[in-house]
Amino acid sequence: MQTLIKNAMVYIDKETTKLDVLINGKKITKIEKNIDAPNATIIDAEGMHLFPGFIDLHAHLRDPGNTYKEDIVSGTKSAARGGFTAVCAMPNTDPITDNIASVEYIQLRAKEHGHAKVYVIGALTKQSKGEEISEMATMKSGGIVGVSDDGWCVQDARLMLSCLRYAANFDIPVIVHPEDYALAGKGQINSGRIATKLGLSGITPLAEEVIIARDIMLAESAGARLHIAHISTHGALELVRNAKTKGLPITCEVTPHHLVLNDEACLGFDTNTKMKPPLRSERDRLACVRALKSGLIDCIATDHAPHADFEKEREFDHAPFGIIGFETAFGILYENLVLTGEIPLSTLVDRLTKNAAKILELPGGEIKTGVAADLTLIDLNASTTHTKDNILSKSKNSPWLNKPIVSRVKYTFMNGKITYQDSEDD
Amino acid sequence: MTPQFLGRCLYDLDDYSPEEIVYILKAAKGMKQINMREYKKIPTLRGKTICTLFIEDSTRTRMSFELAANRLSADVVSFQASVSSLQKGESLQDTVYTLNAMGIDLYCLRHNSPGSPQMVHKYSQKPVINGGDGRHAHPTQALLDIYSIWERYDDLHGLKITIVGDILHSRVVRSNLIGMIKLGAKVTVCGPKTLVPGGMESVYGCKVEYDIGRALSGADVVMGLRMQFERMTEGLFPSLEEYSKHYALTKDTLKYAKPNALIMHPGPMNRGVEIVPEIADGEHSVIVEQVTNGVAIRMALMFLILGGKA
Repeated sequence: MQTLIKNAMVYIDKETTKLDVLINGKKITKIEKNIDAPNATIIDAEGMHLFPGFIDLHAHLRDPGNTYKEDIVSGTKSAARGGFTAVCAMPNTDPITDNIASVEYIQLRAKEHGHAKVYVIGALTKQSKGEEISEMATMKSGGIVGVSDDGWCVQDARLMLSCLRYAANFDIPVIVHPEDYALAGKGQINSGRIATKLGLSGITPLAEEVIIARDIMLAESAGARLHIAHISTHGALELVRNAKTKGLPITCEVTPHHLVLNDEACLGFDTNTKMKPPLRSERDRLACVRALKSGLIDCIATDHAPHADFEKEREFDHAPFGIIGFETAFGILYENLVLTGEIPLSTLVDRLTKNAAKILELPGGEIKTGVAADLTLIDLNASTTHTKDNILSKSKNSPWLNKPIVSRVKYTFMNGKITYQDSEDD
Repeated sequence: MTPQFLGRCLYDLDDYSPEEIVYILKAAKGMKQINMREYKKIPTLRGKTICTLFIEDSTRTRMSFELAANRLSADVVSFQASVSSLQKGESLQDTVYTLNAMGIDLYCLRHNSPGSPQMVHKYSQKPVINGGDGRHAHPTQALLDIYSIWERYDDLHGLKITIVGDILHSRVVRSNLIGMIKLGAKVTVCGPKTLVPGGMESVYGCKVEYDIGRALSGADVVMGLRMQFERMTEGLFPSLEEYSKHYALTKDTLKYAKPNALIMHPGPMNRGVEIVPEIADGEHSVIVEQVTNGVAIRMALMFLILGGKA
């Protein structure tokens, strides 16, 4: 089966050029002007941009265990609507993804019913309890692309060192959600002016920075590859800068919300502004934007974290942390960073595609002949309605709920197959 | 123009202009006179139903709200629950739906979660008076404190007010800072560094001092705050003895304030910890008067919000 995308602005090597792209079966077979393919299904892409499918290194699909929040099908449908063709599933499922059987379950479900490629992150420690090293080598042979205890950050430095050494032994990247629990305490939002004003306990930037400093030192000693999840403070960026200057194999990601919002968003007590790490100060946000632009931050990851309405409709300090992210990621960044001139479009696209892929050695991220046709076709001049009815995630916990999102994904293709197609009337 | 209060919520004093605050104080003055009569009741809110929704215990505040409602002839129902029972069972949302179905006209909420009054309004679409939400706000306490000062000085402009104690955990301080500064007072907060949150100056426009002598220097009004034992186990200060030595309101420390400075405390007091008895019971203390004024302030708010007829 052939699909011909006509007259799209095709993104190749930081440039967009008006071209046709021919998909034959699972692959891109031709990229030229005026391709003639009489048997192909034609998609008129006049005025639209064709990007490599976005790749998300950090998502919570909640499957198995919490499928009332999300499952592999709904999660990947939501991803496809956001232009993503590949997502990494974090292991904080129920049961924890800390063994080969759990890894295979996710892979199988995704392969049979998924609307995006799903790569599995295995747990760093058994049941993510921070007590014993997981069987990560076995999981790696089953296809995991990294290990992490994510939200259950290992507090015991000795065990963390051991995990990093073991992971280095099998060349498995370790992803850390940096959070010192004692320093974070019962914090609800970033410490500082806004927490003071709202009377909410603060989460000091130090809670993040202390663990990053620790893990950079431990990873250096262990010779491990360390990827820092959702970095959010200017102090943390300083630590990463020093590590990179030293030539250590340290990478980091930032979420769209930490690039667009600061803690002033919490002023109305909207529980959809509550996540970890918390929205930080404007100074921190600006530092993240600068670091994204300079390349100090390697990629953008959503930390898509679905929670049901009844869980978020609680008193602020009783609501769970986290927001969904797939369906707004590109749009809010395009609107708030690209259209404002803070970063070029190419920076946004590269950080959502090939730079992300490189960190965990995933395929994809570029448009060229011979590769899998993982693509997203976006109308940058249109907008998207972000309402409970339109969101494809099972959960609707987004700070952008009922707000218009600039740009509109028209089609997403995974292995040449349409995984999302815009319906005109929403 | 006369300020409009009908149907409004009182989450905190941010939403009220200085003129509106003074209007409330004046209304409270009238209410206070009613409370001094032998028959302390007027029929103005007859047929209205007020719910005191207390998810956090506070007998004194609840009594004050209920007395206020009773004296205006409103019907009062009280819902009390612990946070733990609300956690296990019905959510706040469902509790409010249930109460609302019974025809409540006004909620007076006490809850230890910041922002909960906004939630109660969202689910009930009825006016809500915040009776204290976590560390966030306690506007009726602030209004009664301001009233107590206003009654004495007639105007807060230029007054130096010093609040001493556990600033970090105090909703009373936060609401008072907003209200007092709106009315032109110069407010200084004072406590050990571990009990003063960051950004106070820029959020409120107050002064922060860590030394009680400097803080009290030239003060017209001095307010002590309750020091809680739990703060010790949280690692925020070492002992009540050491705290008292440095931050208690005593004859010695008050030497720095003006000689006739008004002495206040929102209660309940730890005598001998943050304030010594001779000061708490001294001639410049209005601590007992504050409680009296609390009923009048709450009557004024209920009256204005529910559109009672004068």
